[in-house]
Amino acid sequence: MPTDVRFRSLVPADASPRGEPMVTLFFDGRALQAPAGCSVAAALLANGVSTFRTTPVSGAPRAPYCMMGACFDCLVEIDGQPNRQSCLVAVAEGMQVKTQAGLRSFDGAGTVIAEEAAHVE
Amino acid sequence: MSNERCDIAIVGAGPAGMSAAIAAARLGASVVVLDEQRGAGGQIYRAITDAPARRVDLLGPDYAAGRSLAEAFAASGARHLTNAAVWQVTPEGAVHYLRDGATFTLQAERVVLCAGAMERPFPIPGWTLPGVFTAGAAQILLKSADVVPVEPVVLAGCGPLLYLLGWQYVRAGVPIRALVDTTSMEDYRRALPRLGGALAGWRYLKKGLSLMRALKRAGVPFHTGAENLAAEGREGQDGVAALRFTAGGKAHCIETSTLLLHHGVVPNTQFTWSLRARHTWDDAQLCWRPKADAWGALDVPGIHVAGDGLGIGGALAAARQGELAALGAMHGLGRITTGERDKLAAPLRAALREHLRIRPFLDALYRPKKANRIPADDVIVCRCEEVAAGDIRHFVALGCDGPNQAKAFGRCGMGPCQGRQCGLTVTELIADARGVTPAEVGYYRIRPPIKPISLGELAGAE
Ligand SMILES: Cc1cc2nc3c(=O)[nH]c(=O)nc-3n(C[C@H](O)[C@H](O)[C@H](O)COP(=O)(O)OP(=O)(O)OC[C@H]3O[C@@H](n4cnc5c(N)ncnc54)[C@H](O)[C@@H]3O)c2cc1C
Ligand code: FES
Repeated sequence: MPTDVRFRSLVPADASPRGEPMVTLFFDGRALQAPAGCSVAAALLANGVSTFRTTPVSGAPRAPYCMMGACFDCLVEIDGQPNRQSCLVAVAEGMQVKTQAGLRSFDGAGTVIAEEAAHVE
Repeated sequence: MSNERCDIAIVGAGPAGMSAAIAAARLGASVVVLDEQRGAGGQIYRAITDAPARRVDLLGPDYAAGRSLAEAFAASGARHLTNAAVWQVTPEGAVHYLRDGATFTLQAERVVLCAGAMERPFPIPGWTLPGVFTAGAAQILLKSADVVPVEPVVLAGCGPLLYLLGWQYVRAGVPIRALVDTTSMEDYRRALPRLGGALAGWRYLKKGLSLMRALKRAGVPFHTGAENLAAEGREGQDGVAALRFTAGGKAHCIETSTLLLHHGVVPNTQFTWSLRARHTWDDAQLCWRPKADAWGALDVPGIHVAGDGLGIGGALAAARQGELAALGAMHGLGRITTGERDKLAAPLRAALREHLRIRPFLDALYRPKKANRIPADDVIVCRCEEVAAGDIRHFVALGCDGPNQAKAFGRCGMGPCQGRQCGLTVTELIADARGVTPAEVGYYRIRPPIKPISLGELAGAE
């Protein structure tokens, strides 16, 4: 475990809050434990991850800001899919989460949004 | 696309959405409620349905009050689709949503949008550093995962949610290094006359003051009238290291690895803008409100809005607005008469008026400071594309007169958040630079999908 852990759980590590089983997920290859049902962002924060991605413009480090789906600073790659909002995705057994480096917004990433999706209208 | 049908589709299972569902189902409507969360509750009652007693107790009585509402909702007969992220609502009542990696469509006769609020952007130097969160984000970690900061935190800004989180942290044993309050004596002087004679107002004020007293009793250091807030990193490190500010004529620098910012919440208007509904600028709450009638009906036929998405009124007002929207929708469907509707609405309107009575006072007291809304040139405004306030002012000098042009000038608002984090700031910045009102400047043109959706998910639509 890194020494700069900034968050902790109020309940013992082996007991999930709702009595749910703990699952194992991986962040950049490192195995982490989190209670089933918890968001990926909460799981990473509680396991000492402090930087989630870097920005496409300046390469600046970013981490969750809003935890409710509004800021998109928690974007990570989950099971091979980039641009996932980790504050809205629940952890799952064996999930592979990776830092996202510099991907520009959503173009080229197989994800459509706003400007790129005018055709959906 | 699958074409499940219902009388009334409700987006959002917070107090407004749950109350709308209960009211409509009681009148015999087939109701589907969609929410991207895994359980009912919305922001205030997040995770209420499976929170252990210990956590409910820690979060306090206002949170616990959500349990009976959630139970009534569960028993109402309304269908609740959890983990359903709605990415488009059309004027024809089609509700497109994403669930388990596939997209579905629900066709409704009437839609009630209860998408709630989000925290107001707080653009100060360093607000993009890892370790800077909104107070609401920290509260979400607590409510949904029992996760709290290890090292002493700094809470900065103003507003009920900031003090409530402080109180909850004290109860949870989370150390608070300082509460840096931007509220000044001048704000109190301005706000007090608006309290009026309303009993509800005084009750509310008393509750707020008792939160503050509890924080002070717990030994939390207070700084009031704080200005010139700036988050700072440390050379060679990724995250925030300190908050600088001035207060009481002195410069302060408080070290922290977790800085929690908050200065109020604003309506989430993504759906209403994407529907091309008319909006008005609310100068008391400094935000956009969709224009709606007394039943929350937009100028888009068949679409209603209720709750904080209509303007900030708090959970109890949201619930009454939800019920009123349900009555309006049922009347529109010809399922209740005008007489029935108005009879059922009368007590709701009286209660709503009472709940809203405190707002002018709160809006005046916690009016976010101009410097924290319309920042100095070097402060990042658009977090996604890293556009600074000075860039926007430069665009204005070159002839950019509104948020949509700012996109063309410098990709401002074109990142994944679709302007959620910069929209209000950009409107106010441009208005300020041009010397016109925000209403004149307008807002971004919001297009669906308002939630990210992959081409694979779109192609897999049933
Ligand atoms: C982070 C945060 C924390 C807050 N905490 C408190 C508190 O502790 N106490 C308090 O008094 N007030 C709190 N508030 C204020 C609170 O939001 C309101 O008083 C009240 O919850 C408003 O109720 P509502 O039903 O209008 O909206 P909300 O309760 O916000 O409910 C909106 C619901 O809509 C859902 N939703 C939004 N968009 C979509 C979409 N596209 N697809 C699917 N679902 C969607 C959301 O998941 C949410 O459940 C908080 C606000 C925020 C932003
Ligand atoms: S933390 Fe803001 S979107 Fe996830």
